Amino acid sequence: MPELMINGHKMAVEADKSTPLLWVIRDNLNMTGTKFGCGAGLCGACTVHLDGVAVRSCQTSLADAVGKKVTTIEGLSEHSDHPVQKAWVAEQVPQCGYCQSGQIMQAASLLSHNPTPTHAEIVEAMNGNLCRCMTYPRIVKAIQRASTDMSAANETAGRKA
Amino acid sequence: MSKHEKIGSGPELSRRSFLVGVGAAGLACGIGVSGLAEAAVSFSPTVWYSIGEDGFVTVNVGKADMGQHVASTMAQIVADELGASWSHVRVALMGNDPKYSDPVLGATITGGSWSTMMNFETMSRAGAAGRIALSEAGAGMLGVPVDQVVAGDSRILDKKSGKAVSYADIVKAGKASRAFSADDLKAIKLKTPDQYTLIGKDIPQIDIPFKVNGTAKYSIDATLPGMVYGHIVTPPVRYGAKVTAVDDSAAKKMPGFVQAVVIEDPTGTVTGWVVAVAKTYWEAAKAAEALKVTYDNGPNAQVTSESIVAEGKRLQSMPGGELFYKVGDAEAALKSAAKVIEAEYTTSINIHAPMEPMNALAEIKDGKLHIHCGNQFFTRSCGIAAAAVGMKPEDVVAHQYWIGGGFGRKLDGDMMVTAALATKAVGKPVKIVYSREHDMQMDFSRPLVYQKLQFGLDGAGKAVALQHDLVSAWATKRWGIPGFMSDSADGHKGVLDSFAVNGSDFYYSVPNHNVRTILNELAQSATPSGQLRSVAPGWTFWAVESMMDEVAHAAGKDPAEYRLALLDGAGVNAGAQRLANTLRAAMGLAGYGTKKLEKGEGMGVACVSSQERATSSWTACVAHVMVNEQGEVKVKKLTVATDVGTAINPDGVRAQVVGGAQWGLSLAMLEKATLKNGAIEQTNFDSYTPARMADLPEIEVAIIANGDPVRGTGEPTVTVIAPALGNAIFNAVGSRVRALPITAEAVKAAMKKA
Repeated sequence: MPELMINGHKMAVEADKSTPLLWVIRDNLNMTGTKFGCGAGLCGACTVHLDGVAVRSCQTSLADAVGKKVTTIEGLSEHSDHPVQKAWVAEQVPQCGYCQSGQIMQAASLLSHNPTPTHAEIVEAMNGNLCRCMTYPRIVKAIQRASTDMSAANETAGRKA
Repeated sequence: MSKHEKIGSGPELSRRSFLVGVGAAGLACGIGVSGLAEAAVSFSPTVWYSIGEDGFVTVNVGKADMGQHVASTMAQIVADELGASWSHVRVALMGNDPKYSDPVLGATITGGSWSTMMNFETMSRAGAAGRIALSEAGAGMLGVPVDQVVAGDSRILDKKSGKAVSYADIVKAGKASRAFSADDLKAIKLKTPDQYTLIGKDIPQIDIPFKVNGTAKYSIDATLPGMVYGHIVTPPVRYGAKVTAVDDSAAKKMPGFVQAVVIEDPTGTVTGWVVAVAKTYWEAAKAAEALKVTYDNGPNAQVTSESIVAEGKRLQSMPGGELFYKVGDAEAALKSAAKVIEAEYTTSINIHAPMEPMNALAEIKDGKLHIHCGNQFFTRSCGIAAAAVGMKPEDVVAHQYWIGGGFGRKLDGDMMVTAALATKAVGKPVKIVYSREHDMQMDFSRPLVYQKLQFGLDGAGKAVALQHDLVSAWATKRWGIPGFMSDSADGHKGVLDSFAVNGSDFYYSVPNHNVRTILNELAQSATPSGQLRSVAPGWTFWAVESMMDEVAHAAGKDPAEYRLALLDGAGVNAGAQRLANTLRAAMGLAGYGTKKLEKGEGMGVACVSSQERATSSWTACVAHVMVNEQGEVKVKKLTVATDVGTAINPDGVRAQVVGGAQWGLSLAMLEKATLKNGAIEQTNFDSYTPARMADLPEIEVAIIANGDPVRGTGEPTVTVIAPALGNAIFNAVGSRVRALPITAEAVKAAMKKA
């Protein structure tokens, strides 16, 4: 039986190895924070991290995920307090909220690789994530806020060290 | 529907009890999913909320929350009058119990940007009743006269001694017990705006914390023990096909396959569908691919977008249709006009495509049909789901969820009908989840609309006549609810669908103004249409507000000044001054007429009284564009001013207006669906392309709220953007585009003509 390392836990999954990771997460593991939007890698609602990098779980097979660390929205932080999640609340980003797990995972991946993105870099990184409520302006502001908060936290941590 | 009245029937839809008493539990129908409350024994002054022994107020929301934060808004209104502390407020999303029907419409329906305006008074009175009951009980517990106490922060305070008793303690003690009749509720004197503590404040939306950590539950996340999945297989045409044979021999070899169900829908909501049932979504999807279904494609197999336009033109050229609006006699006035300006405007088919694809989970248990489905119109959807399986509407128990985008799509019940028929066939709970392809191709789409306008001007260039003809599918007529149909302006009873034509009865003073609306039966049959965010004003104002510029230019006047002169508020157009003010506000903010523009740049205005004449949120836009020689349009800025009367939650209003502006832009420039051989050609987000982050301009919004009654905000802004953009493009490079969406090719082609 294929075994997944997901959100720090090892889990055996009874599914064919060609099954998209999205449906393994949702149906087999019953973790529903990761959303189905298009099934074709066109909307980003199903975004998760594979070894810390944002991927579309509808385009990633179970076989591709085995042996890598999978992180879903449920595993992004223990207390919903990742700087991106906090910024999302502070800027009151979500409307219907359905795409937001994917938006947040995409943004967290962006900031982990580029802690201080320019506006153009934010647009480039986020353009694959559709929001039908079109919360885009607030997503931009929240990413900028998270970037600032993370930089400030790093500086504080640096001074303490 | 020319005025808002109850659309439901039967006593259960209009009955409303407001008995107050401790322990009136059983009302707390929290559905036990994150973000929603489960209340214990409690004090329930009205059906609209209960207060638990812990002091938490659980507001029972009968509205569908699809991202407009209406649950939070209802709670904010209740909590203000109740004197509840916001940190002690939760919400529960109600299903189809008629107790939670809209107090004005008498049905469980969410749409029309109606929710806040139609529920404000009921929620306010409900909150106030609780405050009165708690004040009396609290004063009693404190041993002081009731006029000596004040309610606030979830406690009753003795103003003299400074002693207080919390709502939690009052409920725990079982001391609140006052009955309010409907007349008592009516007699309550509500707060004046200066007394509001929560209304008008940017209170954090109650649903947002659950939408950043994956715990908010949508119906696509719902599960039931023993459930199986159904994947739909749809015919080659949108509507009218029949299944003639199903070969499941290959599917039977697929892992997890249960059975293939031919959906025989007596309600006619869906035609020619088969459901492949299997143990998981993915197995059902694979089994669906393996099914070989043959069809009779039915009467619509040759219909195209082009044939619908042609039919629209044919119908418009003949007598017929119904008179929606009549002031004066446009036909006669056009004959004597000094100048007549005539133009045709069209819109394309548009698809809702909410991010959460259509889905429903159904189970028949103990004589009840349980349906888990985020839906905007339980009264109808449950009714047709029941009819589909030969049950009664009262045997349906609907379970509401957070909705992953509605935009009008989830007013329909096709997903519920399909799940109900599938569960009846297999004898297990069945969850139907549409693929994105099904979601798009089986959309109840925004109809393709053909409009022709003839404006008559007098010798001074003043508009003296307008004959406005519209031909389209009538989405609301399809519902088959008499209460939603309207009388014609010349007295024919219940003959027209005002939701196909609203907005054309604008607030400009044009002495001869006639609007004729014609049903396009070809479109009605081939593309069963639905209500898409902003509905008719999304096409009527596109035509009217573009045409207003054409007329102003023909008269040699500035289009904004031309509009302001017609918005005199005379006679039936009283109120137009507010629209004029929003136009002035947007012009001032945008620097209309004062900002220096480069070559190829232009500003255009539009102003609308969307959604309906009786429910206008006065909204104006100045669009600023730059157009290059290839006709490519860059939208530099959208400036929107909107008068909503009262802003319950200004930040929430802003979110709706900014989102609506982008929707307007997306529909105006990016979204187009086409029909070929009776089928929608677009299947996913590569061919149907709503705005992404990179498509967005700067957006500036001014919210005007002068204490007038609250008006809706979800839709009106959508309608003002397309004409403002079209007018800006004309002012930039002289090309007038009369078809949506606006393409570079069309702009360039019109440049050559200009």
